[in-house]
Amino acid sequence: MKLLLQNAHIEGIRFYDAYRKNGGYQSVEKAFKMSTDAIVEEVKKSGLRGRGGAGFPTGMKWSFLAKPEGVPRHLVCNADESEPGTFKDRYLMEFLPHLLIEGLIVSSYALGSNATYIYIRGEYAWITDILEHAIAEAKQNGWLGKNILGSGFDCEIYVHRGAGAYICGEETALIESLEGKRGNPRLKPPFPAIQGVWMRPTVVNNVETLAAIVPIINMGGEEYAKIGVGRSTGTKLLSVCGNVNKPGVYEIDMTISVEEFIYSDKYCGGIPNGKRLKACIPGGSSVPIVPANLLFKTAKGETRMMNYESLSDGGFATGTMMGSGGFIVLDEDQCVVRHTMTLARFYNHESCGQCSPCREGTGWMYKILKNIENGQGKLSDIDLLWDIQRRIEGNTICPLGDAAAWPVAAAIRHFRDEFEWHVLNPEESQRRNYGIAHYADPLPMVGVV
Amino acid sequence: MTVLRHLRNTKGPMSIKFSQEQLNKVQEVIARYPEGKQKSALIPLLHMAQDTFGGWLDAPVMDYVAELLHILPIEVYEVATFYSMFNTKPVGKYLLEVCRTGPCMLNGSDEIIEYIKSKLGINEGETTPDGLFTLKPAECLGACGYAPMMQLGNNFREHLTKEKVDALISELTAKAGN
Ligand SMILES: Cc1cc2nc3c(=O)[nH]c(=O)nc-3n(C[C@H](O)[C@H](O)[C@H](O)COP(=O)(O)O)c2cc1C
Ligand code: SF4
Ligand code: FES
Repeated sequence: MKLLLQNAHIEGIRFYDAYRKNGGYQSVEKAFKMSTDAIVEEVKKSGLRGRGGAGFPTGMKWSFLAKPEGVPRHLVCNADESEPGTFKDRYLMEFLPHLLIEGLIVSSYALGSNATYIYIRGEYAWITDILEHAIAEAKQNGWLGKNILGSGFDCEIYVHRGAGAYICGEETALIESLEGKRGNPRLKPPFPAIQGVWMRPTVVNNVETLAAIVPIINMGGEEYAKIGVGRSTGTKLLSVCGNVNKPGVYEIDMTISVEEFIYSDKYCGGIPNGKRLKACIPGGSSVPIVPANLLFKTAKGETRMMNYESLSDGGFATGTMMGSGGFIVLDEDQCVVRHTMTLARFYNHESCGQCSPCREGTGWMYKILKNIENGQGKLSDIDLLWDIQRRIEGNTICPLGDAAAWPVAAAIRHFRDEFEWHVLNPEESQRRNYGIAHYADPLPMVGVV
Repeated sequence: MTVLRHLRNTKGPMSIKFSQEQLNKVQEVIARYPEGKQKSALIPLLHMAQDTFGGWLDAPVMDYVAELLHILPIEVYEVATFYSMFNTKPVGKYLLEVCRTGPCMLNGSDEIIEYIKSKLGINEGETTPDGLFTLKPAECLGACGYAPMMQLGNNFREHLTKEKVDALISELTAKAGN
């Protein structure tokens, strides 16, 4: 089922005329006849959870927004999208810019934001142009500006381009960056809902979250909540990369199994070159890697499904997380040590440097992993890595510390013998990647749609 | 800060001043933010400045931006050095930023980087002697499903192969010759 991307392939949908002709901007017409509280209520009923990674209920977040008299409030759209494996927001903005603008207008109205900002990662330069064009079109057609549709509500949307810093995806760092500063996360409290950008009450939401407001208003929160299972309501965008036949962006309604998602021709289309699946990181580089033998079944022996609860079933011992929806697949010939090393290098590069455990720890982890990968490691290094990651987790200002620790912890937890093999076979580990079969999916896939 | 003037893309000393059209744009950008919060325009202005004044931010360029925003030069330096897209050292005319993070690595980014290194005879972070190409390894750029990839100016080049790298380098060399 598709609620966001169903029109993505219509010719010219990137532009206003085609978008409007295919039902675009109806949610704005509907919303402006509702009270702002009623809109927040619909979002609460929908069960929508933030699509930026943390999965926090959006309606609840909106209801926390402080509304002191005479102080402007702001909605900020988080389009920083820099978590390795994640490129879903890019797809949405590139092909359906008006869907985001529509969602932003409704959300700005609900929250009382007269100036709304899209903070987009600096590298998405051409998407900035696409969005600015869409904003200009929306404005020409009376959906933005002063007194929209005679409602008395004024709204402008501005695109603010960052300049290459993963940490600016963290909402308080994003706010600092929007103020023209280094992207150093703030200590919370105060939360952005009380004191955000320019010390004004601020809501920060992900691109996909804000786009989902459109179907929620169009169909009603209750109808939206019927899609999916349990607390995983609605649809979710997943960006698939790594070793699959059909990498790309998919919209799912969270009722399919992980196995079907990987092997069905409708989605990833299986692993290329007849290879077997070794491991998967289903929610962006920060979430724990899961070996194939734990991926398809939960700890309780049930089929693992593509939703928040099922993916995290078993905790970090046997489960992982939905995260940002960056779905990374490793085939049997890939080296977990090398992959983990690149992630450690990434987090070391992106640490803002404010807290010592993160600033120093990410550097140590990278160096040790590099040594092991290059055949210069010691067996005790593996325990040392474990020790370092344990001391970072939970001891930092922002969750980047955890995000750096978890991939290392999970790699050692599930693939310890691969690390040991690197240490014990330094020369061979230089010549080839270490693909050992016993992690790989034990059965050839048959009978999957 | 090492200043290698010979790598600048312009001939002779350049005057550090935006055109009138650009100055109008500066005012438009400042107006997006609340009054008195003009510092918010810093990153957008640094992008403009870098694009205009030779692809990197020399100290006088940063001072000029500070002047435009009525903020202290140090406020500009600390921001310029934080964000990876701002070059505080000269770069070649074409900056090849090849992603090497996990998902790209799974699809052969290491081989692409090695190939570019040997083809251009430079290491990571270096510029070719003719000042045309700089190779800069990058971390995930949001194109993981279209790997291997690189950023070139305002665009991405995706699904890279050795053949595509050859074609790209010939294309850019020819373009620079004209
Ligand atoms: C290091 C770090 C990076 C993040 N990057 C992003 C990002 O690129 N995009 C995003 O939407 N959220 C990102 N987040 C989550 C945001 O802090 C925030 O929770 C999110 O924007 C809230 O929106 P949502 O409730 O709609 O998901 C990041 C968090 C951390 C700790
Ligand atoms: S955890 Fe890392 S990125 Fe986050 S504030 Fe601390 S040093 Fe900065
Ligand atoms: S890992 Fe290279 S673009 Fe994401």
